[in-house]
Amino acid sequence: MTSSAAATSVRSTIVVDAPLDRAFTTFTRDIGTWWPPEHHLLEGELAEMVFEPRVGGHVYDRAVDGSECRWSRVLACEPPHRVVFTWDISLQWQIETDPGRTSEIEVTFVAEGDTRTRVELVHRHLERHGDGWEGMATAVGSPNGWDLGMAAFAAAVGPSS
Amino acid sequence: MPTNGTATGPANGPAQGAAILDALGEPTRRAILERLVEHPAAVGELAAVLPVSRPAVSQHLRVLKDAGLVLVEPAGTRRIYRVDPSGIEALRDHLDRFWNRALLAFKTTVEADPDQERP
Repeated sequence: MTSSAAATSVRSTIVVDAPLDRAFTTFTRDIGTWWPPEHHLLEGELAEMVFEPRVGGHVYDRAVDGSECRWSRVLACEPPHRVVFTWDISLQWQIETDPGRTSEIEVTFVAEGDTRTRVELVHRHLERHGDGWEGMATAVGSPNGWDLGMAAFAAAVGPSS
Repeated sequence: MPTNGTATGPANGPAQGAAILDALGEPTRRAILERLVEHPAAVGELAAVLPVSRPAVSQHLRVLKDAGLVLVEPAGTRRIYRVDPSGIEALRDHLDRFWNRALLAFKTTVEADPDQERP
């Protein structure tokens, strides 16, 4: 529990009353039907979310004006059992273009009967986001949440970074 | 480097958020924090590279420390300041809440369309 891997990852598991195939499809192809709507990087209004369920594919948001925000690369895709995709979002809440500074999410789907599926999610390698994330995270943990954290960190680090 | 768990971490009250903003609202303190993000340092080292006096640096460090942004550790006769590592806990907490909420939304959605494929 106190290993470095545990310290730099988060886990979440849920059991759903849905067959394995549907759980996988809803999580990937239909990601836009359940993804928290406030968690988008787009400037404009969101039109749709796209999850390309193949290695080398992307996860991206598309705005109504046609602009796209590719915030993830699909590293592994084994329908309907497993998918691994990256979190290409920097500490400044911008698209991270350096793959060495991105974390990754692995989701495993396990059938618990014909109509029940356990979904296990691990978001790991948070340390890869690089130097300075501690200060950001401190601010993020403040009661006013992520936006305040971003503003505070941006102010702390300044335009030089 | 014992930090006594969360005992030395930032408190979770409205005052803490205000303290963080206040602490970061001063250019010298931002410069100090920026340097500590890169590596831990003693007061003298900070004063040597910043255009402010050593007592002024000490005063700024106290504000940063009170805001929960930096920790201080004795090292021989010196006191070494560094960014509070409990920040990693804050980021993990944030993502933990995010994924828990996202998976609950996923559950609601995936269980809500019985007409689609269920016999």
